[in-house]
Amino acid sequence: MADLRCQIAGVRSPNPFWLASAPPTDKEYNVVRALRAGWGGVVWKTLGEDPPVVNTTSRYGAIHFRGHRMAGFNNIELITDRPLEVNLQEIKRVKKDWPDRAMIVSLMVPCTEESWKAILERVEWTEADGVELNFGCPHGMSERGMGSAVGQVPEYIEMVVRWCKQHTRMPVFVKLTPNVTNILAPARAARKGGADAVSLINTINSITGVDLDRMAPLPTVNGKGAHGGYCGPAVKPIALCMVGEIAKDPECRGLPISGIGGIETWRDAAEFISLGAGSVQVCTAAMHYGFKIVKDMISGLDNWMDEKGYRSLDDFRGAAARNYTDWGQLDINYEIVAKIDQDLCIKCGLCHIACEDTSHQAIAAIRDNGAKRYEVIDAECVGCNLCLHVCPVEGCITMVPVENGKPYMTWAEDPRNPQNLKAAE
Amino acid sequence: MADAPAIASGLLPPEAYAANFDDLNPPLDRRAALVEASRCYFCHDAPCIAACPTGIDIPAFIRGIQTDNVKGAALEILEANIMGGACARVCPTEILCEGACVRTAQEGKPVKIGLLQRYATDWLFDRELQPFTREPSTGKRVAVVGAGPAGLACAHALARRGHDVVVLEKRAKGGGLNEYGIAAYKVAHDFAQKEVAFILGIGGIELRTGVELGRDVHLADLRREFDAVFLAIGLGAVNALKVPGEDLAGVLNAVDYIEALRQAEDKAALPVGRDIVVVGGGNTAIDIAVQTRRLGAENVTIVYRRGPAEMSATAHEQEVAQLNGVRIRHWARPVRLLGDGHVRAVEFEYTRLDERGRLAGTGETFHLAADMVFKAIGQLLSPDDLDGAGDGVELGRGKITIDADGTTSLPGVFAGGDAAAHAGQDLTVVAIEDGKRAAAAIHRYLTR
Ligand SMILES: Cc1cc2nc3c(=O)[nH]c(=O)nc-3n(C[C@H](O)[C@H](O)[C@H](O)COP(=O)(O)OP(=O)(O)OC[C@H]3O[C@@H](n4cnc5c(N)ncnc54)[C@H](O)[C@@H]3O)c2cc1C
Ligand SMILES: Cc1cc2nc3c(=O)[nH]c(=O)nc-3n(C[C@H](O)[C@H](O)[C@H](O)COP(=O)(O)O)c2cc1C
Ligand code: SF4
Repeated sequence: MADLRCQIAGVRSPNPFWLASAPPTDKEYNVVRALRAGWGGVVWKTLGEDPPVVNTTSRYGAIHFRGHRMAGFNNIELITDRPLEVNLQEIKRVKKDWPDRAMIVSLMVPCTEESWKAILERVEWTEADGVELNFGCPHGMSERGMGSAVGQVPEYIEMVVRWCKQHTRMPVFVKLTPNVTNILAPARAARKGGADAVSLINTINSITGVDLDRMAPLPTVNGKGAHGGYCGPAVKPIALCMVGEIAKDPECRGLPISGIGGIETWRDAAEFISLGAGSVQVCTAAMHYGFKIVKDMISGLDNWMDEKGYRSLDDFRGAAARNYTDWGQLDINYEIVAKIDQDLCIKCGLCHIACEDTSHQAIAAIRDNGAKRYEVIDAECVGCNLCLHVCPVEGCITMVPVENGKPYMTWAEDPRNPQNLKAAE
Repeated sequence: MADAPAIASGLLPPEAYAANFDDLNPPLDRRAALVEASRCYFCHDAPCIAACPTGIDIPAFIRGIQTDNVKGAALEILEANIMGGACARVCPTEILCEGACVRTAQEGKPVKIGLLQRYATDWLFDRELQPFTREPSTGKRVAVVGAGPAGLACAHALARRGHDVVVLEKRAKGGGLNEYGIAAYKVAHDFAQKEVAFILGIGGIELRTGVELGRDVHLADLRREFDAVFLAIGLGAVNALKVPGEDLAGVLNAVDYIEALRQAEDKAALPVGRDIVVVGGGNTAIDIAVQTRRLGAENVTIVYRRGPAEMSATAHEQEVAQLNGVRIRHWARPVRLLGDGHVRAVEFEYTRLDERGRLAGTGETFHLAADMVFKAIGQLLSPDDLDGAGDGVELGRGKITIDADGTTSLPGVFAGGDAAAHAGQDLTVVAIEDGKRAAAAIHRYLTR
């Protein structure tokens, strides 16, 4: 049994699996069901100033990819549509009843110091473990000058975080929007303002599709559509990258990260943690399958850690971030070539046509007395992995390292680099 | 002439036996398991769970397979059903979990739950992991009679709770019908013994083989020596045809022949007839028919006295028989076995339902040539086994009377599995649930 206890920015939870601020954490009823199922903590659905917002109906869109439902998910919902006092009462009660679980309260109010000060005071009363500033919501709230409208301007982030740190004893998490060109700008601003941690990613601007009969983006609301926020498994690679960027940034060094985006399984969580995340947050997977999925997340992470000999999350936290580098640091001398296991090959020809039409013409299509055979031409193979990815048979194509005896060499050191040619002249 | 020249052994090329008695349903490899697991919708309040007599959380274990948490998947199964490995192989899933799967309703193709269950449990067995530990010893001792699924499931659950268990088994090996009765191609590669070893691996269970209740030991002794007793002796007797000629050579109980087949090191050495007639309509009839076909018998016919819908063999089992070249004839019953010392033929009478819905003969008959006839018309509790020196447990409907917890009429004596008048069918998985439930009741009884 590995130790799954988690601590991030002073907030403790029995495991790193938290529910992200969203409908699953909208009210006491859901949250208690979640905690009962085993979730380590929750970030309560974002609170705002009264009167509460009003939502449209038809709120969600989804990408169903070739038979897999909800590979990507999209919403045009706003923050909580329930009165502030009701939420606060419930938060206080839940925290009292479940003292060992992390209770973070997500907040979004207009960009004035009084607004933030006022709501922080009220949240303090709940004895929650921390607050999360929602600078991420990309739709609706941003039109009102909140959410990603703040999150896209580093100076605003820094200013608001500074106010918050002044007006509360609670740890301050800053939830970042991915709708920026460089995630480091808002992350660094949060740190400068004194943030205790960052949470990312929030949802990505998106249109899930177009209704070609009604000629409107999906999901449509009475014939019209607005862009929504994209999340679910499809966004995981983007989220991982942004988490990794912050983890390896010297200016953000030591800034705790709560990882979010497309997390469905223990393995997803392990990946985020290995790239530096302290805790992980889940929304879409819970909305797809219910709270019960946390059981496999806990047991899967536990079993994997046992197998690897990791006793606590800290044993592997950030382990992959250390190997996350810039392209310029990669070994230009490293060589691999594709190898096709002829016994496993089912002769579908997809590797050949992919390489022939779109890569390096390195897989020969041999016809021997009518029998088909596909063979890699080692000298032509550039080791790009394309054939491996298109091959439908697991283990049939592998990439084999070539023993070329050459040392680790970066592009900066490579004699073929024009910079070096110039220097040599 | 008493000998029957058509009965012979080694009818097939030597290599055919290994193939014929290998897994009927080969295991899934990882890729196939992932594809199959991805078909599970992870239903809420899933109907498959309700359809499993042991209540395995099927969507939860399939999710473990999906996420490569195969160990977690295996534990999810074994927590609910310690013989989840056997059940993955022998359960008639078409009438249990897979029959209830929402995909059966949606598209007629259930998630292959049995094969996924096998994938997960095999993973654990292949690694020889022992995930269970015992609670501190309670000092209580329980006797379990019969090392079949019911007995072993009960013993394991009690050992976990810290009680010491002695299992008394009349045969030479544990496993019950998993070892001696189930069709060989369902539990290939000595799986039953591997599973027995796994169950005993928890510790605190002593298996004493070659000890028979009613002969070597009596119920009264056990009640004196132990704090509680669990009776799980299965069904030791078989129904007779009660027609002339039943004592001819070549007329056998299907279960006896299957037992010999299961124990035969070399299946090629088993004598088998050319023309075989099986009387019965249950899974035992199917099993003997298919296995004799696979030993090389030429003509194998199952004759059942009612129609296909009344057969207790599932539609899937009937299909397996037919795919193996077994002929199934309905609406006929044996009236006479013909032969001169050795059986040569069976005379059948056609049957139908009379006006009041009762089975009746039509008076018309036909003959089927037979050099071997198998009786597969049901097993019975053998009352001799229960000779308890005046200490009899109450019987009803030919079985030991129990309540929902497995409590019998005698204080401290519990029963389950085929031997008990339980609510479920006589299936491995039901016997396991009986054992599990009785263990909980025994634990309450011992710690009351
Ligand atoms: C031919 C055949 C095929 C079957 N196929 C299937 C199948 O495919 N799937 C399925 O789910 N079910 C099948 N069944 C049913 C299934 O095998 C039983 O329901 C199950 O084994 C019952 O378990 P049990 O523990 O109650 O009894 P058993 O498995 O019968 O175990 C009883 C044990 O008690 C021992 N014993 C008996 N009397 C004494 C005594 N006096 N003293 C000491 N020990 C004693 C026996 O030797 C045996 O080991 C089949 C049954 C038969 C006969
Ligand atoms: C319907 C819906 C509503 C959401 N509402 C909020 C919100 O109120 N506050 C917030 O910070 N994030 C909100 N999010 C974003 C999620 O918290 C999360 O950052 C995002 O969905 C990515 O995680 P996922 O891929 O696990 O869903 C919402 C997401 C969804 C799908
Ligand atoms: S999920 Fe519930 S609220 Fe939403 S559309 Fe369906 S029934 Fe209505």
